[in-house]
Amino acid sequence: MKRRSFLIGVLALFTLPTLSLGKEKVINGAGASFPAPLYWKWAAEYYKETSIKVNYQSIGSGGGVRQIVNRTVDFGASDAPLSPEKTKKHNLAQFPTVIGGVAIAYNLRGVKELKLSTEAICGIFLGKIRYWDDPRIKKHNPNVNLPHRRISVIRRSDGSGTTWIFTNYLSKACPEWKEKVGYGKVVNWPTGIGAKGNEGVANYIRRVRGAIGYVEYAYALQSRLKVAMLENKDGNFVKPSVETFKAAAANAKWSPDKDFYEILTWQSGKDAYPIAGATFILLAKDKDRKEINKQVVKFFDWAYRKGDKIAVELHYVPLPDNVKNLIREYWKENGWY
Amino acid sequence: MDGINKHTYRRRDKIIDKVVFIALASVALFLGLLYPLIIGGSLLKEAWIAIEKFGVIGFIGSAVWDPVREIFGGLPAIVGTLLTTVIASLIAIPVCIGVAIFITELSPKPLKPVFITAVELLGAIPSIIYGMWGFFVVSPVMADYVEPFLQELLLDIPIIGKLVDGIPTGIDLLTSSLVLSIMIIPFMATIVKDAFEMTPQLLKEAGYGMGATKWEVIKDVVIPYAFPGIVGGIILSVGRALGETMAVAFLTGNVHKIPTSLLDQLTTITVSIANEFTEADTDVYLSSLYYLALILFVISFLLLIFSKFFIFKRLEKRWKVTGI
Amino acid sequence: MEGYRDLERRIKFRKVKSAFVLFLSFLTAVYGIFWLFWIIIDVFSKGFQNISIDLILQDPAPPGVEGGGLKHAFVGHLIITSLATLIGIPIGIAAGIFFTEYGRFSKFVDFLRTMTDSLVSLPSIIVGTAVYAIMVKPVGHFFGLSGSVALALLMLPVIAITTAQILKLVPDSLREAAYALGAFKWQVIKDISLAAAKRGILTGVILGIARITGETAPLLFTSFNNNFTTYNIFDPMASLTVTIFVYAMGPYEDWHRKAWAASLILTIGTLIFFIMAKYLLGKKK
Repeated sequence: MKRRSFLIGVLALFTLPTLSLGKEKVINGAGASFPAPLYWKWAAEYYKETSIKVNYQSIGSGGGVRQIVNRTVDFGASDAPLSPEKTKKHNLAQFPTVIGGVAIAYNLRGVKELKLSTEAICGIFLGKIRYWDDPRIKKHNPNVNLPHRRISVIRRSDGSGTTWIFTNYLSKACPEWKEKVGYGKVVNWPTGIGAKGNEGVANYIRRVRGAIGYVEYAYALQSRLKVAMLENKDGNFVKPSVETFKAAAANAKWSPDKDFYEILTWQSGKDAYPIAGATFILLAKDKDRKEINKQVVKFFDWAYRKGDKIAVELHYVPLPDNVKNLIREYWKENGWY
Repeated sequence: MDGINKHTYRRRDKIIDKVVFIALASVALFLGLLYPLIIGGSLLKEAWIAIEKFGVIGFIGSAVWDPVREIFGGLPAIVGTLLTTVIASLIAIPVCIGVAIFITELSPKPLKPVFITAVELLGAIPSIIYGMWGFFVVSPVMADYVEPFLQELLLDIPIIGKLVDGIPTGIDLLTSSLVLSIMIIPFMATIVKDAFEMTPQLLKEAGYGMGATKWEVIKDVVIPYAFPGIVGGIILSVGRALGETMAVAFLTGNVHKIPTSLLDQLTTITVSIANEFTEADTDVYLSSLYYLALILFVISFLLLIFSKFFIFKRLEKRWKVTGI
Repeated sequence: MEGYRDLERRIKFRKVKSAFVLFLSFLTAVYGIFWLFWIIIDVFSKGFQNISIDLILQDPAPPGVEGGGLKHAFVGHLIITSLATLIGIPIGIAAGIFFTEYGRFSKFVDFLRTMTDSLVSLPSIIVGTAVYAIMVKPVGHFFGLSGSVALALLMLPVIAITTAQILKLVPDSLREAAYALGAFKWQVIKDISLAAAKRGILTGVILGIARITGETAPLLFTSFNNNFTTYNIFDPMASLTVTIFVYAMGPYEDWHRKAWAASLILTIGTLIFFIMAKYLLGKKK
């Protein structure tokens, strides 16, 4: 008898917490790893203020789109905007949260500053430039002591909005890339080691000497990677920074009619960084998801109001106020705001 | 009174007997038959889109893995799985036989249980830890010392040189296989050692009595006697290596290409699934990953069934094995 | 005289050869043990350097921000594996009893047992993908309970097979004596077989738990991950192993340090289960 009550006690111990606390509300999101550091920080602050948990998992933009299309998460996130046809097809709403940039990070001991021309970037990622002391790299770095080391390209293995932004830039900047590879969340890479997520790429670049890869700028900063200056459309070399990203977004025409579909790569402008992009949130417009969408929208409204400082700290560019208001209108139309 | 009571008790007991039988039988049926069927069936169902689109030969024989055009071929992942497994086994097998000989025949008696426990405990370390350690500790050593050394040594030799061509990154076929071999060593060594210990002392003494040296006794008495056990242990370990995910997840480099050099990046079935499953954004993509899972399921299940029915059946007869 | 010298030379050669081969085996053993000690030393030294009480008690900080802990992963891991154990033990033991007590002379049950035995080595990631198809997809989102089911499916065959094998060791004379007293089969199983094999079955259960505590792959697509501590088994749930996977893959030093500390705790945890099983086995003999 004693043993039986002991067993029941053990059982109760395991099951009770799962039953009693089962009502707690969590907002589940998944997708792009590009804005993940920001969403996590926003979520942590939001939790402190409201006790509402926003669980964001960084699984790549491809996964984010898939999960929201299958309705397995409350919101999806993607850096590659869906075209209005696609959002209509899957009954989705789409709006941007912040603007960021993709940095070209490298691992070369003793090389503190590196300027990469468009020609050099194309050659490296097409697998044509194989050594760091290639004349096409040397040309713009006369004072840098480049070693005769093989270049290891690190790229994403998963469906990624960062890849989408980066390959979109390559397709615009190099005709050969456009012809041979094209752009997308996953592409057929001519060369390189595949890594999972922006996290994985940053991790591999840190590990492999002679490596070069593309990561969202916040990752490069947080993991202390060295980043290259890039040649932009106007032929100037620019560093990734909040200012240059802002310059790239200066010409953007945000419109709710096309679900804010907008591409920010290879923009003209003296200081425009060539590989900038906005990152987007996807919501399902289904009627039975109205309540949860209200919760999600509440979180992002909070982020628009109070999250700009955190965004700038992490080197993302907050949206201009008029765009934020456009988005609020857009929410209102759908009855979530 | 007493008689009736006994009667009803017996009836009650009989009913319990039946209920217990049915309950236990259905559970056993579930485990032995339904479980593999459900797993296999759900994989088949999910893989169906890809099976219909690419066929069997068209998938297994194709090396193209192109999510953009939605064309998927499983050959690189399958070859990667087999290559890492084979290389890991080639490294592990002699080591395990050496370890088994060392433990059973060479180590001083008081130290024997220490070695045995050490090897067994190492088999209990979770594979994710082997993977993480491989990435942070082994991989840099490979990239900075071992691989450049191998290149210096072998690169100029005509055909062998091709095997070490490439950039030493420590994220490649060689490192993956090495870490995999380290992971299966404890597992394989334990089984091989158990097989060695099954050899009756009498047989060994007869060998020594005829003037045989220690190695001759091992070679001509112990190994032949333990042979089915050794093969069984190897097969079980190979099965484990085939299905291992985490030990190699950091080290393959995730490239859907058939490696031609030990320093090439590759992918395996398990690593492709682990890395791409939640990211697959089209139905065909996800279905193709299920297709890979199905292929792995079939390979490893066939391998195990084979070892169970052919080798262990024979063993059980010979040793009347009862222990674990 | 010639022949005798020849023989002597041959014996010497054989002895040298034996010594040489044994030396080789010694070297391979050293090679094997070298790696194994290396990993143990690394896990312990790097783990201990980074371990702290905050690791268990604090919720995680946002990435790139130092501090915080892995409370969410510890809680999740405990819930997921406990539930898996609760599901796995009764079913596993029941199947094991059936294999030995009812089916010893039946070809069909022998077939079922062999199939179950093969399931012991089923690649764990396959179970994960299958459970995703069976549970996660219909429900519509990742959740902790599906992770428990995946782990339970992994531990079932281990428990069933060890139970069956241990029950085989119970002498038939005991069972026959009980039958002679008029006992029913279920009474024999309950009062004779299980009573005699208690310790052995417990060993099987512990081995089963040890097997699942270190699993990562089946959790990737089932319980998934969560940045917060949750007690709700219908929410995505973090686990130690998935957290180690994500943290080790991440680019932050702080994450790597936490991954090492978590690895140490996980290793110690599985080793404790393993030593318990060893101890029980040793006592039986």
